[in-house]
Amino acid sequence: MGGIADLGGTEGWGPVQPPPRHAPVFPEVWEGRAFALSLLSMGRVSGQNLDAFRYALGRLDRAAYLDDGYYGRWLNAIELMLLESGILAPGAIDARARNLRGERVEEPPVPEPTKPDYAATAPGSLRTVDAAPAFAVGDPVRARATAGEGAARLPGYVRGHTGVVDVVQPAALLPDTHALFQAENPQHVYSVRFDSHELWGSGAEPFHLTVELYESYLEPAVGIPAVGITA
Amino acid sequence: MSHGMTPEPNARIPASLRTEALEQLLTERGLVDPTVMDKFIANYSTNVGPLNGAKVVARAWTDPEYKRLLLADATSAVKELGFGGPQGEHIVVVENSAATHNVVVCTLCSCYPWPVLGLPPSWYRDPAYRARMVREPRAVLAEMGLELADDVQITVRDSSTEVRWLVLPERPAGTEQLSEEELVALVTRDAMVGVAKVVAP
Repeated sequence: MGGIADLGGTEGWGPVQPPPRHAPVFPEVWEGRAFALSLLSMGRVSGQNLDAFRYALGRLDRAAYLDDGYYGRWLNAIELMLLESGILAPGAIDARARNLRGERVEEPPVPEPTKPDYAATAPGSLRTVDAAPAFAVGDPVRARATAGEGAARLPGYVRGHTGVVDVVQPAALLPDTHALFQAENPQHVYSVRFDSHELWGSGAEPFHLTVELYESYLEPAVGIPAVGITA
Repeated sequence: MSHGMTPEPNARIPASLRTEALEQLLTERGLVDPTVMDKFIANYSTNVGPLNGAKVVARAWTDPEYKRLLLADATSAVKELGFGGPQGEHIVVVENSAATHNVVVCTLCSCYPWPVLGLPPSWYRDPAYRARMVREPRAVLAEMGLELADDVQITVRDSSTEVRWLVLPERPAGTEQLSEEELVALVTRDAMVGVAKVVAP
């Protein structure tokens, strides 16, 4: 992924928030509206393509990702998807917002739609794959150092590191191409178990971590006893 | 863009106002129906929340057969209690005990098992949680109020695909006499993510 969304292991964020006992789902009314708007307008581009939405989130700049909070980030990502599919013109939301607060701003005309000519073969993301899984539970695998660009869902912190297949999960369509409205390319998915010292060095807290990785993100690793299997 | 009165062209327009603007733009073109939006918001504000997951946990604590199913095929087990839908295509349940502790995070976004826990709370979506849980979980859990003994084996679950993790918390001692319904009231969202334990009343 790269980009602002790939947060795993990054530093400088300060302490975590202690969970409050009770918190409303949508502390502010607009957050609920942005939530519902995002889900509904996502379907207007080309189906409920969550991978395209996540890819849009990951392409936001730092301010658009962080400064408006979680549902503000959703709003900004949906705006990007609507611009790219020609449903909204650049600046349309800001112009309307300025008019709503009493300015008098010319709004851009509705553009020609350029919606992707693409339809998912089935609802949801789970698919069947005819080929047998390339890896089995217990196999040592390395997360490819070179994979993970564009819309791929390969966290940067596992790239180049070796773990062990913990669970073979149901096959699913591949975000790398599905997010771009190109192809589903379903692949086998593996929960891969990593040892904390493999990821973060000898001074790390001792713990295990599992993360789901698509088959093309992995290559066989030979003879590296990375971590025991407990599942 | 604008030739009108734009005193501060670089000032960010508040997300609340931009949301209202987008709703207007899409509604007036018939692309979004505000009454459908209202239903989504009401559903996730009231129906789809951690009470669902608490029912799953309490059932597993009191019905060994259900617990076996839950650990083997959580998606089906959850569906048996009537829960399913978006962000619940493939749910996997892992059991916490005195010796092992699972905790869930999504470093790439905020993936979360909506049908059983509802929408993610703000701390789960917080960059600090997403960044640090995969690097120093023991320290992060301590900051959140959960001190784990040194010999507890921690496994962090980073939800990077459509697999959704739910933690089956350890049933606290002293709750043997409680009914399933009474147990439901004890189970918290935080325990089902793995940042807290369930405590006896």
